[in-house]
Amino acid sequence: MELQSKIPAGPIEQKWDNHRFEMKLVNPANKRKHEIIVVGTGLAGGSAAASMSELGYRVKSFCFQDSPRRAHSIAAQGGINAAKNYQNDGDSVYRLFYDTVKGGDYRSREANVYRLAQISVNIIDQCVAQGVPFARDYGGLLDNRSFGGAQVSRTFYARGQTGQQLLLGAYQAMEKEIARGGITMHPRHEMLDLIVIDGQARGIVTRNMVTGAIESHLADAVVLGTGGYGNVFYLSTNAKGSNCTAIWRAYKRGAAFANPCYTQIHPTCIPVSGHHQSKLTLMSESLRNDGRVWVPRKKGDDRPPNQIPEDERDYYLERKYPSFGNLVPRDVASRNAKEVCDEGRGVGPGGRGVYLDFRDAIQRLGEQVIRERYGNLFEMYQRITDEDPYKVPMRIYPAVHYTMGGLWVDYNLMSTIPGLHVIGEANFSDHGANRLGASALMQGLADGYFVLPYTIGDYIANAKPKPVSDDHPAVREAMSAVAERTSRLLAVNGTRTVDSFHRELGQLMWDYCGMARTAEGLQKALERIPILREEFWRDVNVPGSDVELNQALEKAGRVADFMELAELICLDALHRNESCGGHFREEYQTPEGEALRDDAHFAYVAAWEYGGAGKPPILHKEPLDFEYVHLAQRSYK
Amino acid sequence: MQLTLQVWRQPGPRAEGKFETYTATDISPDMSFLEMLDVVNEGLIEAGSQPIAFDHDCREGICGSCSMMINGVAHGPVKGTAACQLHMRSFRDGDTIVIEPWRSRAFPVIKDLVVDRSAFDRIIAAGGYITAPTGSAPDGNAILVPKQNADRAMDAAQCIGCGACVAACPNGSASLFTASKISHLALLPQGQPERDSRVQAMVRQMDIEGFGSCTWYGECQEACPKEISIDRIAQMNHDFLVSSMRARPRSAP
Repeated sequence: MELQSKIPAGPIEQKWDNHRFEMKLVNPANKRKHEIIVVGTGLAGGSAAASMSELGYRVKSFCFQDSPRRAHSIAAQGGINAAKNYQNDGDSVYRLFYDTVKGGDYRSREANVYRLAQISVNIIDQCVAQGVPFARDYGGLLDNRSFGGAQVSRTFYARGQTGQQLLLGAYQAMEKEIARGGITMHPRHEMLDLIVIDGQARGIVTRNMVTGAIESHLADAVVLGTGGYGNVFYLSTNAKGSNCTAIWRAYKRGAAFANPCYTQIHPTCIPVSGHHQSKLTLMSESLRNDGRVWVPRKKGDDRPPNQIPEDERDYYLERKYPSFGNLVPRDVASRNAKEVCDEGRGVGPGGRGVYLDFRDAIQRLGEQVIRERYGNLFEMYQRITDEDPYKVPMRIYPAVHYTMGGLWVDYNLMSTIPGLHVIGEANFSDHGANRLGASALMQGLADGYFVLPYTIGDYIANAKPKPVSDDHPAVREAMSAVAERTSRLLAVNGTRTVDSFHRELGQLMWDYCGMARTAEGLQKALERIPILREEFWRDVNVPGSDVELNQALEKAGRVADFMELAELICLDALHRNESCGGHFREEYQTPEGEALRDDAHFAYVAAWEYGGAGKPPILHKEPLDFEYVHLAQRSYK
Repeated sequence: MQLTLQVWRQPGPRAEGKFETYTATDISPDMSFLEMLDVVNEGLIEAGSQPIAFDHDCREGICGSCSMMINGVAHGPVKGTAACQLHMRSFRDGDTIVIEPWRSRAFPVIKDLVVDRSAFDRIIAAGGYITAPTGSAPDGNAILVPKQNADRAMDAAQCIGCGACVAACPNGSASLFTASKISHLALLPQGQPERDSRVQAMVRQMDIEGFGSCTWYGECQEACPKEISIDRIAQMNHDFLVSSMRARPRSAP
């Protein structure tokens, strides 16, 4: 396997423009002769399917939800970044590029990030034209707020439901194309394998989740926009259905998996309330615009927060990082929360929480302004915790939120399997080792609206995929592999539920591969994961049959894949003997406890190739060059 | 807490369904309603039975997947709350809770509490969008939207497409769902060119799907987890009437 990043030559400002000119085109009349499969209907998959259909391609779209509108992008709250500089505060494409590379702790590809920053401005325009009701000021112009890791206001938002509104924009564009016949929609279909013919990705195998039918679908190219794998930790802010199966199946068919250990732990989530917990709920980072994070100065101070006087509170982010204060990037905020809780100064049940306090903002701006800005988030908090955040500070704690790692892609968003393109959270390319707030929506839509529709044409024009049929041996092999796996899961007939295995795996990952990692802990995890996996396949209990709607069977297949992915994550975390962004190895830190990179040895993308059943994966390295943003210790002080 | 559940069980779309009674024990008031069902399902699997099938995904009240009648009320007793955000502290120890799927001709049951809501997608496909192909947009600030209109559009655009409005309506009308999208787009300058054809096409599709008519019971706004106001339906009716009287929009053949 050879990693060819295909970064265009020339100055960074011109790379994308030059590349767009150099790429081959598919004649408009010929586009309708080409079929493209898009798996996933979130911001990336939905925008890609709609845009490619508008261009004239015949698109087949798949999602496991009952409607494309329910993909988990819908839950993104805070906003979307764009270098519009509408606030006249010194923003520019270059600054967004710079902030993103620095925020990613110098582990992303400069050329990709620059393109992302360039395209960001078009995304806002596109979404406004679709009717996304972004927040406006009294003159009718677009409003902005600030997010972590930036000192300018460049985040566009629609209350605390920005992801919902952007997704509905893409979904409506999709429905328009579905009505026109450009997109064939397959809801309640789960991709269970990738079909590779003569070295090219040519189709997928799906399970119809209502009837259980195993089906093959063929096309000239396959696009995965299937999101991240945070649910490997069981508890995360992801939707219950979010899973790694599509990208994991692709990995096992030859797509390299890049930087699997880069996971983002989001600092502002509602703390765990008990062992019944099924998922964690995020409180948007935008709250850190007005909320102040603190814990008591004294250990074990269990007075109610309102009775702790000002001089006995430690606003630790403001104290340690005076220039960014509460708006430090997510990895820094999360690690600091863990640190104060480890010191015994955490608040709430079990001492795993810190306060996010709006008292001062309410005094300064009035309750009404705070209600307008964050009303729905405050309500959600109250509904879950039964506490009123207008009166008592919120309690928050970090939780798994996003995965920067994903399938390796080149500048054209194509994986190491020709024809297999990967977009959005499912790929690895733009966020390095830590994603900045409001950048996930930006990347998903950049990939889907403005990058893939160009690069897919270049692939089709060059690769000229030949017609294939359903009776090709590769199709039959993939279909029988899926059927065999399904019957194996049903045949175990053991004693433990899928969820009990998933919880155990998640706890193991959280303990040994969570916010802080050590070589010793990772080795322990690497010993225990295969044992748990073996037990799963020996003792899991999956009731029901494969010819009906069977949610236990769906979960079992996903957890089986998480069990394999977990091992790769730990392996990657163990091999990366440095700390960077969300990957914090306790052995590698500065005297102040900040992440200590080792650029001489680890300024590369770790791309893992599947080695075959029972064999270790093979590591490939894509060196990262920093021509524009010079490598430096990140400082938010 | 200990609760008695009466749950609608139906093995498949054409199979006959019936209520089954289950006991939920060791329920914490901090659990969400769906976490309570998770506990019951774990018990069912361990006892060798089939778990209760229900749609759910984000569990944050935004994806709109969850869809169940709880004691005859769509999404249960707390106003402005989807079932996934309902917590067990809203119930008392010893309560009996009746759980059913959405009941509507246009939402056929697939299994247990899972229904087919694809009719909603087809209503959107009929015209619930602005035709703005990728790449054709002017600068975002070139289109001015008065703040109050943007806010009102957002109030309507919040609809999560769960179908509670239909389930709550004695007529099984999808008017609140349809009107929310019509109103959202009609309040924005970008939505004007297709305003007439949109309302005509969406209302027609609503009828084709077999949803009932709105006769102003007002149950929909009570059930709506996003508390979208029935005023939106008045706007839809207004737009429908006006567009019917104007030169008939050129409709698709």
